[in-house]
Amino acid sequence: MTVKVDMHLDKGGFRLECAFESPPSGFTAVFGPSGCGKTTLLRAIAGLEPEARGLVKVGADSWQDANGCLPTHRRPVGYVFQHPSMFSHLDVHANLRFGMRRRRSSDAALDFDLVVELLGLSDLLRRHAPGLSGGERQRVAIAQALLSNPRLLLMDEPLAALDQASRSVLLPYLDDIQRQLAIPVLYVSHALDEVARLTDHLVLMRDGRVVTSGGINELLTRLDLPMAHGRNAEAVLHAAVRAHDTRDELTELTFSGGHLWVPRVDAVPGAGVRLRIRARDVSLALQPLSGTSILNSFPVVVAEIDDDGPSQVMVRLQAGDQTLLARVTRRSQRLLAIEPGKHLHAQIKSVALLA
Amino acid sequence: MAVCVTLGGLGNSGVSRLPLLRTLSLCLCCLACSAALADQVRVAVAANFAPTLERLADDFTAQTGHRLLISSASTGKHYAQIRNGAAFDVFLAADIARPKRLEVEGHAVAGSRFDYARGRLVLWAPAAGALHDARAALTGEQVRRLAIANPRLAPYGVAARQVLEAWGLWSDVQSRLVRGENIGQAFQFVATGNAQAGLVALSQLLGLDASARGAYREIAADLHAPIRQQAVLLRPGRAAESFLAYLRGPRARAIIGEAGYAPPETS
Amino acid sequence: MTGELLQAAGLQPADMQALWLTLRLAALTTLLLILVGTPLAWWLARTRSRLRAPVEALVALPLVLPPTVLGFYLLLAMGPNGPLGGLSLAFTFGGLLLGSMIYSLPFVVQPLRDAFAAIGEQPLEMAACLGANPVDRFRSVVLPLARPGYVTAAVLGFAHTLGEFGVVLMIGGNIPGETRVLSIAVYEHVEALDYANAHVLSAGLLLLSFILLLLIYTSRFRRRTGA
Repeated sequence: MTVKVDMHLDKGGFRLECAFESPPSGFTAVFGPSGCGKTTLLRAIAGLEPEARGLVKVGADSWQDANGCLPTHRRPVGYVFQHPSMFSHLDVHANLRFGMRRRRSSDAALDFDLVVELLGLSDLLRRHAPGLSGGERQRVAIAQALLSNPRLLLMDEPLAALDQASRSVLLPYLDDIQRQLAIPVLYVSHALDEVARLTDHLVLMRDGRVVTSGGINELLTRLDLPMAHGRNAEAVLHAAVRAHDTRDELTELTFSGGHLWVPRVDAVPGAGVRLRIRARDVSLALQPLSGTSILNSFPVVVAEIDDDGPSQVMVRLQAGDQTLLARVTRRSQRLLAIEPGKHLHAQIKSVALLA
Repeated sequence: MAVCVTLGGLGNSGVSRLPLLRTLSLCLCCLACSAALADQVRVAVAANFAPTLERLADDFTAQTGHRLLISSASTGKHYAQIRNGAAFDVFLAADIARPKRLEVEGHAVAGSRFDYARGRLVLWAPAAGALHDARAALTGEQVRRLAIANPRLAPYGVAARQVLEAWGLWSDVQSRLVRGENIGQAFQFVATGNAQAGLVALSQLLGLDASARGAYREIAADLHAPIRQQAVLLRPGRAAESFLAYLRGPRARAIIGEAGYAPPETS
Repeated sequence: MTGELLQAAGLQPADMQALWLTLRLAALTTLLLILVGTPLAWWLARTRSRLRAPVEALVALPLVLPPTVLGFYLLLAMGPNGPLGGLSLAFTFGGLLLGSMIYSLPFVVQPLRDAFAAIGEQPLEMAACLGANPVDRFRSVVLPLARPGYVTAAVLGFAHTLGEFGVVLMIGGNIPGETRVLSIAVYEHVEALDYANAHVLSAGLLLLSFILLLLIYTSRFRRRTGA
């Protein structure tokens, strides 16, 4: 179900004017700096901003257009707020059933037990809000939203209000949802690593407007966009499991640009995996290196170079059909004569497996 | 005197010597001045007589130079306060029961009680055209509510009840009866139109402008026991006794009569 | 049976009548105020209209006005020339009901308003996203969350009306079974120097009011300790 949005809103001096289309399934990130209107956009899509005008179309259903506007309770939307919230007068079980009893779409509903299992809530069903941690309450909120059978799930920085420990506990749950859910999800965040880990499509916002939108890795590696210049600039790659090395406890991955070794993962050969490679973990050489502890090295072609601070540059590289980034010093650029089209070898210090 | 005692008490708390000196000199001044000034008489008066007392006060002060400090409330309230030590010199009640009790209980000077006025009851129906027959007016349909003072609390209420019983209307009128806390409230109920008629004091009606009175009829005095209003001396004092003497005199009698009361000795 | 019990305690029949009348008045006033006060409190809790401040002030007025002032204006309003003249409310239970509702209004509306305001926006937005229409949201989210506010409002409204005196004095007319409430009966006993009966009634009313207030504070305390 494609989601088509074209919203205009004037709210206390802030103007929102956003238009984008997101793919029919998977997580679409709405990304941008604080105050750029991401939350306002999400609320407007849910119908929580009464002054918003424009178009919201989910699949074939028009939630809002020139002819009319559905009130929030009639939109089959699921919303996870930034601040973990549950109805405090109901226990977890009753909270989950709240949306179930008021389902607005006749699509096949998610199974109760499945969702409870998916979010690890089986032991918590009889508990009340005050007895739960922030992370647990957020899981309840997510499950609650899922069980209301939404056609679109909106998540407004669900991890932002949690501490680091809770976040790292919750992320795997989001991974699972991302993998198993067929509903489109709009995921608002200002944290690049969450976005890289969970989403396939990105809508970049600034000052109430959509700057651009597209595939996640395409936008992460575009040198004209801010993501490629942050401290955590990274690229997302897709690879497949080839074989396991039981002696060294490593797994070999292949992709169109070469091979990669990662610490052993629990996946069958042929399974697809998602990788993150940080720009600062990529170094470049004219020849493949020998006698080095770095295992991962493959040939790359320089696609583009851009400034990245007084002493550094960011280089966009092509490896097979995948793109990655490397941050090197200007001196190195000069010494190695790095320029677009040049063939080099990339050494990857650390590869993080995302899912 | 009471004022000085309180201030002196403050000084005794030992906060500082300066206020103590100041209060002492203030007391001395008061004492010196009061000897030269004419006396004050603190009078507790039944509410229905208060307007008349104001007129008497002006005349009394013009005659003797003494001033009256007037406190107006229902006879019952004054009685309760005096019993509990309220500092009044003279009590002008609306009945004889309360002054009698005060005398018996030792709060009043023995033998100082006397009647100063007799209340006169009227039937008042401001909206009615004319009232020729008071009793007949009450049996009609126009009077949906009849206001009287509460017989349990007010002498005028007792009289009203006696009148209604004498007319044989007491049980019939129950469903239409509205009891005011005192004669003043009964008057209020009629004045605001919430009760179409009421048994009130003549003195209250005469307090209104002639054009504002509407229809009323005096009730024959023989239909009820006399509403004897008694005065009593609470604390002996030159000015207080002078006032009570004035109250018995011809000037006071004239003013009281004009105000709508019968003279005290009428049968 | 309760009647005999009370009579044994020293209560006269006329005073028992006053007691039941008072309880009926307090109960009915509280019920009507909750019904009328809910939409008013809801509006006050959530509106951003400029009318909010004046309406809040009006609601709070009975808190600071002497009851006799209220009673006086009601007396005039209920008179033949007043705006309520046609309804013949003076000296009736209905008139007392109206007077009590005005007199106890802030005691019911303010706790409700505070309870509604404390809920905040998020639970309601959540409920809307989960498919609840406005009436459903009110029933399934607002009412349960505002329950402590309702308890406080009901108890305060009831207890406050029990003790109403000034207004009733002005517009009641002291009619047994209709407007002679407990506070008037006590007053009358005191005025008539019947202190014995005054004691019985006063002590009873004092005890009743204390128990009611104890109820609120115990329930608040229990909730805070998470029981």
